[in-house]
Amino acid sequence: MLKQTEGSHAVAEAVALCRPEVICAYPISPQTHIVEGLGEMVKAGEVADCEFINVESEFAAMSVAIGSSATGARTYTATASQGLLFMVEAVYNAAGLGLPIVMTVANRAIGAPINIWNDHSDSLSQRDCGWIQLFAETNQEALDLHIQAFKLAEEVSLPVMVCMDGFILTHAYERVDVPTQEQVDAFLPPYEPRQMLDPKEPVSIGAMVGPEAFSEVRYLAHAKQMQALERIPQLAEQFKAVFGRDSGGLTHSYLVDDADIVVVAMGSVLGTIKDTVDEMRQEGQRIGVLGITSYRPFPLDSVRAALQNAQRVVVLEKSLAVGIGGILSTDVRMAMSGLQLHGHTVVAGLGGRAITRKSLRGLFSKAINGELGHLTFLDLDWNVVNKQLERERTTRRSGPAAESMLRDIGVVAARIG
Amino acid sequence: MSFQPVHFYQTGTFTVGNRLLSAEERSVQANVERTNSLNSGHRACQGCGEALGARYAIDAAMNAARGRLIAANATGCLEVFSTPYPETSWQIPWIHSLFGNTAAIGTGIAAAIKVKRQKGQMDDVRVVAQGGDGGTTDIGFGCLSGMFERNDDVLYICYDNGGYMNTGVQRSSATPPAARTATTMPVGPEPGNVFGQGKFVPAIAMAHEIPYVATATVADLRDLEYKVTKAMGLRGARYIHILVPCPLGWGAASQDTIKLARLAKETGIFPVFEAEHGEVTGVLKIRRPQPVEEYLKLQKRYAHLFGKKPAVETIARLQAAADKNIRKYGLLDQEAN
Repeated sequence: MLKQTEGSHAVAEAVALCRPEVICAYPISPQTHIVEGLGEMVKAGEVADCEFINVESEFAAMSVAIGSSATGARTYTATASQGLLFMVEAVYNAAGLGLPIVMTVANRAIGAPINIWNDHSDSLSQRDCGWIQLFAETNQEALDLHIQAFKLAEEVSLPVMVCMDGFILTHAYERVDVPTQEQVDAFLPPYEPRQMLDPKEPVSIGAMVGPEAFSEVRYLAHAKQMQALERIPQLAEQFKAVFGRDSGGLTHSYLVDDADIVVVAMGSVLGTIKDTVDEMRQEGQRIGVLGITSYRPFPLDSVRAALQNAQRVVVLEKSLAVGIGGILSTDVRMAMSGLQLHGHTVVAGLGGRAITRKSLRGLFSKAINGELGHLTFLDLDWNVVNKQLERERTTRRSGPAAESMLRDIGVVAARIG
Repeated sequence: MSFQPVHFYQTGTFTVGNRLLSAEERSVQANVERTNSLNSGHRACQGCGEALGARYAIDAAMNAARGRLIAANATGCLEVFSTPYPETSWQIPWIHSLFGNTAAIGTGIAAAIKVKRQKGQMDDVRVVAQGGDGGTTDIGFGCLSGMFERNDDVLYICYDNGGYMNTGVQRSSATPPAARTATTMPVGPEPGNVFGQGKFVPAIAMAHEIPYVATATVADLRDLEYKVTKAMGLRGARYIHILVPCPLGWGAASQDTIKLARLAKETGIFPVFEAEHGEVTGVLKIRRPQPVEEYLKLQKRYAHLFGKKPAVETIARLQAAADKNIRKYGLLDQEAN
């Protein structure tokens, strides 16, 4: 059914349609509206046979999820930013135990300095934790990916994060097609666990593993992600057959076949990039876009296939690997290994800074003209940075950096964007 | 296996042979049909109080749950010595996740069971979460308090040996004052663990007004079985805190585990009581009052108190703390009267 609704609520409806059995919730912006929506639906009895638990921390949220998933219940939670970091030990544990929990990450920056707005630092910090990570481009895709996520998680016995840009998607009202219960039931069978805490067949789960088997157990985690690499496109096909929509898959490419320059990105910024690319195409530029939906497992082959005819690749990412540059770029460059391409990393949109078409046009034009460096910070205010660096050079007790820089900028809330 | 004959005996203590009791009054452990939930062959130290406490507690819980029990276990000695895979001592469904999240794991299991029961996919299975004092009073405390305040249907059992024994005997918030640990060495002007720190989690559990809180020791195993059985008869969050001497960490002889547990209770150092909804409903009285020295001098962790120049003042402070427990909980008969 077509609906004008908030991204968070669309996700809540999708999760409810997946017949979750245990949902644990701890508030952190910008994921709050999702669990609020689910909490209301469960309390109103609209989601049958479901326990909604308000826990005391994200660490507890993931831990409760581990307990319930290990007892055979389809389990869901959501988090963001500091919350994801607070639960990290349990995040790794859920993956290590092979528990198919589904979690929404409403992507948000990580402090300090504290910042509630969108970038991808939170879930990318967890790239090696063993979870599958799927990035939604639109609210429709966020909704659809949750339905696919439960099926994928349960088939390969791995937890899945569905990542959607905080505020930009979670709080945006737009049209989505909410499927029917019959459609979801046809796509997603009841959960049949591979392992379960069951008095009828007692097992020990979570024993210590020493050097004699640790490598093998870890390799299996990798092997399961490689299985997921095969399953993700198949599930997208099945999904299309039931729901009639292209959603999910490993990557989405747009006008890459004849492109000299390909822009790689994840999440909602792909929309702005495509608009910019459309404009530049009209002007005769051969530019295309590669959107990465599956960040983990990382689709090396599919990325390589999309890039192999290009001459130049710009990876635009909402994350920063401090001390080297890009996080996504590193993976893209691995996919490009051996290809003679010019590669550029562009760090953009950190902490919610708007990525505008104007800035993108300038950036892509520079790339086309061979004027773009290896690492660029889009729209960085060099005056502010240089002023602070100068202050630190001249004054030992220069004070807290973030606060000094804010003072230099002055009151500019209205200028954001 | 046929029922084995039990010899009649009287030991001169308060111990009573099972033959003097009717079948239904006999201990769970006395029954050859007991579960052996924590089976033999594990790798606990000789004289381990935690292994003994866990064996009695979980068998009693299994008995009360008619064999339908799931256990969650914090990282620690009990976890490590019971599951050196491919061997496991656990005869029941058992999960170890992390050090600090065991109460929350219990919550998750209980939630799943509730839903599965509603759907008719599962019997009434009960949940025990267990950990040492480090996993309970320190790193797991947030999750424990959360489980308590939500009144989740979990029995949490803390095996308190007063320190991080698995990592090499470091101080926890349950380490008693003056005790030597690897991080509270008997050096400087205040040797051993400092006074005025630490917490007594049973009292904090009571502050949550949960249905049941109890303390126990491995010296009174019938009392422990009774408390576990009672706890299993109730719903909601329940907490049992068991004092379990650790020969390694306490520097005590393996054969003194029960003796030390008894002395902890008889000196008043460890009050043994039960409470419902935040109010004390029963205490195990001290039978033969003992000065704290009798308890302290058997343990090398207090050896610095008994050198050439005994630390009379420190011992007096420990005695005062025990006396306070005796007053506060009414541990002596004459005080109760």
